[in-house]
Amino acid sequence: MNAPLLVFNDKGIYCEKAKVYLDPWKPVDHAIISHGHADHSRWGHKKYITHHSNVPIIRHRLDEIVVTGKEWNETFTINGVKFSLHPAGHIIGSSQIRVEYKGEVWVFTGDYKMEDDGVAVPYESVKCHSFITECTFGLPAFKWTPQDQVMTDVNNWWQQNREDGRTSVLFGYSLGKAQRLLKYLDPSIGKIYTHGAIENMTEVLRPQLKMPETIRITRDTKKDELKGSIVLAPPSAQGTPWIRKMVPFVTASASGWMTFRGARRRRAIDKGFVLSDHCDWQGLLEAIEGTGCEKVICTHGYTEIFSRFLREKGYDARTEETQYEGEIGELEAKSEMEKDVEPVEKTASSL
Amino acid sequence: MKLFAELIRTLDSTNKTTLKVEALTRYFLEATDKDKVWAIAILSHRRPPRPVNTTLLRTWATEIANIPLWLFEESYHIVGDLAETIALIIPASDASSDKSLTQFLEEIIELKKLSDAEKKAYLHENWLELNYYERFVFSKLITGSFRIGVSQKLMTRALAKATNIDEDILAYKLMGNWEPSKISYTQLILEENEEDYLSKPYPFYLAYALENEAKDLGDVKDWSAEHKWDGIRSQVIVRNNELFVWSRGEELVTDKYPEFQEFINRVPNGTVMDGEILPFPDGAIGTFNDLQTRIGRKTVSKALLKKVPVILKVYDLLEWNGKDIRERPYRERRAFLKELVEGVDSSEAPLYLSESISFNSWEEVAAERERSREERSEGLMLKKLDSPYLVGRKKGDWWKWKVAPLTIDAVLTYAMRGHGRRSNLFTDYTFGLWDEEKNELVTFAKAYSGLTDAEFRKVDAWIKKNTLERFGPVRSVTPHYVFEIAFEGIAESKRHKSGVATRFPRILRWRQDKKIEDANSLEDLKSLIQ
Repeated sequence: MNAPLLVFNDKGIYCEKAKVYLDPWKPVDHAIISHGHADHSRWGHKKYITHHSNVPIIRHRLDEIVVTGKEWNETFTINGVKFSLHPAGHIIGSSQIRVEYKGEVWVFTGDYKMEDDGVAVPYESVKCHSFITECTFGLPAFKWTPQDQVMTDVNNWWQQNREDGRTSVLFGYSLGKAQRLLKYLDPSIGKIYTHGAIENMTEVLRPQLKMPETIRITRDTKKDELKGSIVLAPPSAQGTPWIRKMVPFVTASASGWMTFRGARRRRAIDKGFVLSDHCDWQGLLEAIEGTGCEKVICTHGYTEIFSRFLREKGYDARTEETQYEGEIGELEAKSEMEKDVEPVEKTASSL
Repeated sequence: MKLFAELIRTLDSTNKTTLKVEALTRYFLEATDKDKVWAIAILSHRRPPRPVNTTLLRTWATEIANIPLWLFEESYHIVGDLAETIALIIPASDASSDKSLTQFLEEIIELKKLSDAEKKAYLHENWLELNYYERFVFSKLITGSFRIGVSQKLMTRALAKATNIDEDILAYKLMGNWEPSKISYTQLILEENEEDYLSKPYPFYLAYALENEAKDLGDVKDWSAEHKWDGIRSQVIVRNNELFVWSRGEELVTDKYPEFQEFINRVPNGTVMDGEILPFPDGAIGTFNDLQTRIGRKTVSKALLKKVPVILKVYDLLEWNGKDIRERPYRERRAFLKELVEGVDSSEAPLYLSESISFNSWEEVAAERERSREERSEGLMLKKLDSPYLVGRKKGDWWKWKVAPLTIDAVLTYAMRGHGRRSNLFTDYTFGLWDEEKNELVTFAKAYSGLTDAEFRKVDAWIKKNTLERFGPVRSVTPHYVFEIAFEGIAESKRHKSGVATRFPRILRWRQDKKIEDANSLEDLKSLIQ
């Protein structure tokens, strides 16, 4: 039997035949990138290929890089292997990567969701033999509420806080979640302020997406003008001196993790809105069924649990270790902090 | 139920105490009297007995959700709360029930008498007819403890706002044995009730740990000091020829300590004492480990009574000759107490006075504190001589001044996910010490507290990357990190693999400067046993 078309090595998901990596986590020569989040598009590759709407995003994040933009469904061949990008519905410019060689088709999802959020081009089901999927929320406890309803709740919450004379501070990841929230905030309630990190990313995306006006919070922003407004901030801003300017404020987080009461209480956030750019349990199962695949490889999230469930349903499912994090950056104050705890050698395991 | 579920939802949407109190106050103004009584009962941990065992609950919930049982269990480990897991996995519904909180509770009480098939039908019907928060509250009422970030103190404060009744008076009214199904709101809150009075304890006065130097408390002559005993804090009541023993958790434990029955004959009616139940094997104060053998038992065998008898060491008198004397200064209450104890022959009824230490300077107090372990105490209690007996945890008049804990450096070996606020994080750790002969780590203690949230997150992330084996919610990890573990006491134990039981172990600090070879051995630990 031939070697599999895609393998997982210490640098990423590798196609030996084409000498190309998909979302590698260590520097390589050729990288095809699913989307702009930091755990999928890392610094240091010699050449990047990604969807053209992701190009401004990774240019903004990674600065001087050599990058080629592709259209959806545009096939490009490298050393006889056919590649194409297909919408993943996760954030603007997020793609699934289809890989075909001699009639065998693999699809790598990157991160994805099933709901059409009106921001990202919606997920498109791609037929394949092997499906490499994330399962960040691969537990039956996760069940998303339709976006309309969540955003109505968010706007009502803002309105109520405004009436109570408080500033609403809403946490969401700078790339993706922040723009999705912003698009549906109701500017008739009050002014929308942004943390610098979110404002920078939003400026990059404005040519691609119509969003309400925002005001960047700077050193000169007066405390008084913030009262009753909403402030969009990255999760890492919680508990920093920056936030004191908003006093009196109420905090909320918009994330799939807000499903758990414990996750919200642990972060000492007042209100949790369950809003995710990933699939919920049913979404994952529908996506997998839609591809008609036989093999499933789970890359990140509740991989062991989810793949066991799939095996019981008759799929050839397994888990591969990767360095993708899913929505973890939104769960914990800073995912970066994990970087200073490196795995130790397991030599002591004989103890 | 709608109103109560809405209350829980509101309480869940804020971390701010003032907003929580506001929401509770609004509830106490709007709810029906009957529902109010139940809400008070639930928030003070008086729930009806669990009508269905959790194994059946899990099975029935998985049937509705159409998932295998193992998947439910995995989800439960991650969510960290049974009722929340049930509420999450059951298919979403926008329905809402018009039944009142009281009606639900009455049905839940009745449920206990029904057959399993009827129970299942009842649960299935209700689960499907409630929206998420109602389903969560309903499942919470069935599964048990209702911990949702509202202390009894907070609830009492809101009730005081809603009723304009003093908080301390309400705290007293809510003490003791009352049954929400049998008492009306008027009886519980509004009326003075003579019958209840008989068994009713006073709210305990709790001290904070001393923050600064003892000498900063001012003139040593204004203070009294005594040893801080390591037993069960209790209030012992003798009224109308009846005895009531209350633990600090407001649990009536009279039957567990038959030794105290003799007090009825030796202590005058209308007496309430505050003191410590202590083990007294071989005529001397034993260890907390000795007392453990008594705590769990509902009925106590003669052999055990003989092996580990208990005594009551009293330090305060709250009621004397049927009069509440909590407002009188400590020195006066002590004088009455001394007189009381001296009148009782301790060989006939095990009543002892917690002696005041005599001293002339803070230095002498400090020297006595150093002797605490010899006395089998945890340190000292400092009490202001002119202080009244207050309600709840208050600063100023009483201070705990514990001896520095014993400490040892141990290696993290296993980790388990926490519950509630810490669900989905590995926060419950097992620690090992070196068996030097075999050159292996032997488990000696578990600890759940002592790290900051940021440290817990770091250790959690590390654990996830360094797991050796998984056993359900437990993971064994590569021995790598050393932690300094503090504990209050230590005793030999046959039940523990290490041969040693430690009292209240917790993490003192993360010793990132130490390697596992630097951790202590089991022999080091044993050398601490006196």
